[in-house]
Amino acid sequence: MKRFASLFAELDGSTSTLHKVQALRAYFETAPAEDAAWAVYFLSGGKPKRTVPTRTLREVALQVSGLPVWLFEESYQAVGDLAETIAHVLPIAANENHSNQGLAWWMHHRILPLRSMPDEERIQAVQSCWNELNAAERFLFVKLVGGGFRVGVSKLLVTRALAQVSGLDEKAIATRMMGFADASNQPTAEQFHELVQAETECEADSSGGRLGQPLPFFLAHPLQEDPAALGDVAHWQVEWKYDGIRAQVVKDAGQVWVWSRGEELVSEQFPELQEAFAHWPEGSILDGEILVWQGDAPAGFNALQGRLNRKVVGKKLMADSPVVFLAYDLLRVGGNNLVMQPQRLRRKQLEEFHAAHRTLSAVNGMPRLLLSQSVQAASWEALKLLREQSRERGVEGFMLKHLDSRYGVGRTKADGVWWKWKVDPMTVDCVLVYAQRGHGRRASLYTDYTFAVWETPPRSAAHAQEVAQAIANGEKVEDTVARGLPRLVPFAKAYSGLTDEEFREVDRVIRKHTVDKFGPVRTVVPVLVFELGFEAISRSNRHKSGVAVRFPRMLRIRHDKPLHEADHLAVLEALLPVENAV
Amino acid sequence: MDLVVSRPQGLYCPQGDFYIDPWRKVDRAIITHAHADHARVGHNHYLCAAPGEGVLRTRLGNIALDTMPYGASTVHNGVKISLHPAGHVLGSCQIRLEYQGEVWVASGDYKVAPDLTCEAFEPVKCHTFITESTFGLPIYRWRSDAEIYAEINAWWAANAAQGKASVLYGYSFGKAQRILAGVDSSIGPVVCHSACEGLNKAYRDAGVKLPDTFTVSEVLDKSIYKTCLAIAPPAAQGAAWMKRFGNAYSDAFASGWMQLRGGRRRRNVDRGFVMSDHADWPGLMRAIGATGAEQVIVTHGYVQIMVRWLQEQGLNARAFQTEYGGEGEGEAEQATVQESSA
Repeated sequence: MKRFASLFAELDGSTSTLHKVQALRAYFETAPAEDAAWAVYFLSGGKPKRTVPTRTLREVALQVSGLPVWLFEESYQAVGDLAETIAHVLPIAANENHSNQGLAWWMHHRILPLRSMPDEERIQAVQSCWNELNAAERFLFVKLVGGGFRVGVSKLLVTRALAQVSGLDEKAIATRMMGFADASNQPTAEQFHELVQAETECEADSSGGRLGQPLPFFLAHPLQEDPAALGDVAHWQVEWKYDGIRAQVVKDAGQVWVWSRGEELVSEQFPELQEAFAHWPEGSILDGEILVWQGDAPAGFNALQGRLNRKVVGKKLMADSPVVFLAYDLLRVGGNNLVMQPQRLRRKQLEEFHAAHRTLSAVNGMPRLLLSQSVQAASWEALKLLREQSRERGVEGFMLKHLDSRYGVGRTKADGVWWKWKVDPMTVDCVLVYAQRGHGRRASLYTDYTFAVWETPPRSAAHAQEVAQAIANGEKVEDTVARGLPRLVPFAKAYSGLTDEEFREVDRVIRKHTVDKFGPVRTVVPVLVFELGFEAISRSNRHKSGVAVRFPRMLRIRHDKPLHEADHLAVLEALLPVENAV
Repeated sequence: MDLVVSRPQGLYCPQGDFYIDPWRKVDRAIITHAHADHARVGHNHYLCAAPGEGVLRTRLGNIALDTMPYGASTVHNGVKISLHPAGHVLGSCQIRLEYQGEVWVASGDYKVAPDLTCEAFEPVKCHTFITESTFGLPIYRWRSDAEIYAEINAWWAANAAQGKASVLYGYSFGKAQRILAGVDSSIGPVVCHSACEGLNKAYRDAGVKLPDTFTVSEVLDKSIYKTCLAIAPPAAQGAAWMKRFGNAYSDAFASGWMQLRGGRRRRNVDRGFVMSDHADWPGLMRAIGATGAEQVIVTHGYVQIMVRWLQEQGLNARAFQTEYGGEGEGEAEQATVQESSA
């Protein structure tokens, strides 16, 4: 438990991905395999059923600490986490160094048995566990027992660390990890050995690759110039550019594997796709986009976001946000790679594949394999006009693929080029209200900003200045609203789009106008107006403003724009797509 | 009979006509210790404990200062004044006031655990005890210095082995010297920010044993930036001073606020060492109990919570409004308070 607690402390205390992977790697290399197996399980999102209800844990903590309820409550308010509160309000245990048992021993001998104990015995058992643990271990114990274990590590980082430990590549590890963190799994030393052992023969596929693995994604370049420069429009395949999750679906060895562009295995997040494509022929790889689909159009990215990084994908979620795979390309069929074939031939075979499998690829009566339509137009001018419809269609613009291009690797241009021809961003004029320091090269500058718009437009320049003055005086927002001043509602964060010189300038203004510090965040008097660009906007319950914007970035500082002329919420709301409007 | 009352200028003894750690300019001030929120410039006369003279002068420059050894006493306007170790930082004292048989003790900031750099806290019997409450919640429990030094040494040694500097942030007066006094300087060289170095000198002059330290202007061999322990005030985090350590250094913060994950995360450092110059919850309770006081007056920190708890323990407890904030630790505290109310 000590070793796992110190791993947890390192992961929890670091914001550096590199450092986290190093810590994980060091742990996996030195911890006994049975402990490492449980660590992989928990760190990659595994959750055994809760062994003791939270209420019981709290009652036992009150009893042992001898604190009145109000003082425990005050402590909880200061800490903000029940497990951490419990860990610290208990006196330092007399036997805290007695237990040198590992994580697996604690799981099998102390934690899992709690579930089946009668109440009285269970309370005793919890107390005696606390008596053997230090504060950091108690915290973990309560998290593991209460089913609330979380740490800032993604499955991807665990995969990366295991890849380094085993010398295999990350995709191989990700493939082996499927199902590992399943609630019903009780990980064992053998399972850990299987994760990191050398590759076995049965993992190799017919073309010498590894079963279930994707091909490197081919990526597009942004089109800056006029498309007329690309020559005859007839040499180009034109498709709408969707804003979902770029993915490859692989069918191998009776199994469906869904890989995101970051080469993260995401199959488990989309059970309906696994089901829908189970009948595909072996040795197929399709490239496409995962989208939440409603009626005959994609829902906004916001809908898809609700489906990501879920530990459990429930029926309701699948019904409310049904996903489809919209196919762009066919990369392998019957075990034969097509990537060296020209676009026009791959497209033809993709259309055949779609025709052959679309009917069977349905779940709950909804087709899950869609085909990215190829857009026909006589001229670039005609396409420009069509492109104006992008927003209504819920897409970002066009993809332009030369009909002779092969499917390359990454952003190479050797095999032909794909262009993304996006529509201009939406823009809004907004006010900088919070700032945070950047990372790395920008660590000493305030470069991460939060922007707000007026909830209601100020009556005049003086009216807006009154708000700025109130903020400078540290007045509470409720008080300013109570005396009739308009409120600034934060709606977006952005940290890109300015030159280094501009960042330095803004940094100076921020330092001069900071009124309050909240952790690393500075509250700034509203003096700077920015033009903010973004790709899309949708309703959101997460933000006070009620809207969320996609890919916000600063287009320019509006020194010419006085504070009271910054936009207000209604302007943002008017940009909402029709189905989102109130 | 109240020997201390709260005035806009600070805590005031009406019988003796002097102030304790006043925050506005006054004629006579007794200073419990030289931290900025307790020792301010501009008073006409200062009195502090003799071991605190060097640090107070380092901080406030040329002031009209009288000192008294711990335990000695003087009578001013009929009030008998004596100063007793508070265990907080070098020269910190509790102020004992006696007038017509009534005894009050104002403790400033204190801790009860031993500290290599200053004299240990002395419990003083009194009728009324004025206590701080910076860490006045039962979640604050400190481990022994030996354990914390061992943690710091292990962190430093591991970094040095990897060719990385270990940058440890801590307040330049008190915390920095306490760290210095206990770390294992055989691990490598120790670099101190110039803000700490002036106080190091005051400590050494007062006879506190500290290992050899360098400021960056004294460093000739730049390779020591790959193995050194560097002690710097929190403000150095992200500042140009850090550039000499390259990108590979590990950083840490030494403060009682590091007890909580939230505190560590807000500081955005690799490690947090839970080392405080204030009493933890059990320490506050032990100190209050040892005074035998019937009345306890709580200043800065978790004031309302401490008052309620002490009242429930049968004591006559109340609060003084003060402007003490504790060496910028108040910043972290404020953040905690804001977050929990959000």
